[in-house]
Amino acid sequence: MSAASLDMLKLLLGVGGILVLASSIGYVLKQRLSPDGSNGAIENLNARIKAWWAMVVLIAIAFVAGRVGVLLLFAFCSFAALREFITLINTRRGDHWAIAAAFFVVLPINYFLLWAEQYGIYSIFVPVYAFLLMPIVAVMRGDTRDFLLRISEVQWALMICVFCASHVPALLTLQIPGYEGRNVLLIAFLVIVVQSSDVLQYVWGKLFGRTKIAPSLSPSKTVEGFVGGVASATLIGASLWWITPFTPAQAALMSFIITMMGFFGGLVMSAIKRDRGVKDWGHLIEGHGGLIDRLDSVVFSAPIFFHLTRYWWSLT
Amino acid sequence: MIRDLTAKLASIAIMMFARALTAARAIWHETGLPPRQSIYFANHSSHGDFVLIWAVLPPWLRERARPVAGAEYWLKSKLSAFIGRDVFDAVLIERDPAARTQDPVEQMATVLGDGSSLIVFPEGTRNQTEARLLPFKSGLYHLACKRPDVALVPVWINNLNRVMPKGEFVPIPLICTVTFGEPMRLKAHETKDEFIARAETALLSLAPSTMEDHA
Repeated sequence: MSAASLDMLKLLLGVGGILVLASSIGYVLKQRLSPDGSNGAIENLNARIKAWWAMVVLIAIAFVAGRVGVLLLFAFCSFAALREFITLINTRRGDHWAIAAAFFVVLPINYFLLWAEQYGIYSIFVPVYAFLLMPIVAVMRGDTRDFLLRISEVQWALMICVFCASHVPALLTLQIPGYEGRNVLLIAFLVIVVQSSDVLQYVWGKLFGRTKIAPSLSPSKTVEGFVGGVASATLIGASLWWITPFTPAQAALMSFIITMMGFFGGLVMSAIKRDRGVKDWGHLIEGHGGLIDRLDSVVFSAPIFFHLTRYWWSLT
Repeated sequence: MIRDLTAKLASIAIMMFARALTAARAIWHETGLPPRQSIYFANHSSHGDFVLIWAVLPPWLRERARPVAGAEYWLKSKLSAFIGRDVFDAVLIERDPAARTQDPVEQMATVLGDGSSLIVFPEGTRNQTEARLLPFKSGLYHLACKRPDVALVPVWINNLNRVMPKGEFVPIPLICTVTFGEPMRLKAHETKDEFIARAETALLSLAPSTMEDHA
């Protein structure tokens, strides 16, 4: 077994162990406090833990399947996220082609370019080509009502759900000396740090949360949860330095940046939900809401993490 | 035999496609699933409407649910006749009163007599207007008079009109919901107008009033 797969196995066992622990705690809480399923918070916790199992198993399968598996998994995530996003935005009949092109042309080409490792064109395909293509396609229909608004919304949907989200699998294309064949661990690092930050902010907030941090955006986020979550997720990231090309200090700094981006990404996406008058983006994942509800912090941190790593560590 | 098998496979393929495209989700009334035999009456804005209702019904309700559709549309070509008749087992009615040999209400009542359920669109045609619902035709009332024992279940289909607006041939993936209301029956001494108004209100009450229910 190669060193990379050994590290992957260790990581999986660690995550699996934490999930076993979480499931046991959830089971005991249910037996004690909610045997008839009447306690909403505990039912939601258990639904979330179950969904975590499913998500971890899916990611593990994609990792085992290799580069194509990871690309397909994230292409599906982009598709489902784009569907949630566009369901919530203002569209008119005149946008039909532009939206169809977003799904069936831009999304597949973006992931094809990643597969072909064409960084030069991949990195500008959505922000330049799709940015100009969308209004051109839409203007053909001659419907000018709310034109700028409608086009910006489709462009935002593509940037967030396709471009930003695809920076997670884009980590596979980096060439880091001494780190060959281990890139998939960078994805694991990013996902673990972001998601543990989300979970820990929730836990710290539940335990010690007093001061609301952004009451108009998210009533459940508190200063205590934020500080505790960011600090502990940074520590977790630092302790995972052995799966990255970073030193422990660098891993801590990266984790800190990732968690900060994740936190503010969550706030931004929650502002969009507030504006649209919905609580969740969708219903894909039981207990979590839609896929974007789970992915919001990842999409904001992935491009920054990718480019920092690329700038300082990668040859490409 | 081969025709049946092809039809079965085609129905599974069409349903899987509809689900993959719309992530369709049923919202049941708080009283739970509708009765085994029902007349589902729904808003009509897309050719895919009955496919979506079909796709979200649990198998034991789906296997007896037959859509009611216009004969002149579904018998136009061999392919659409195959899809209408063999795949969806539609009850094909002649909409033009001058051309028909069979009374549609009679036809539907006979099918109900066999134990089947019906999926009907009482607006009579696809709604392409800005109005949420077109005025109902009276068929629903006459059907309820003929079979007062069968429950009528209002069903609101949300968002499918955005997936494939009229005149488009490429569908776009958007999340759709199918909301089932409380089963209703014809009341004693209820007039046609009263009953139709009550059915329209029941269906409209399921429509999302804000973006809240959009997804």
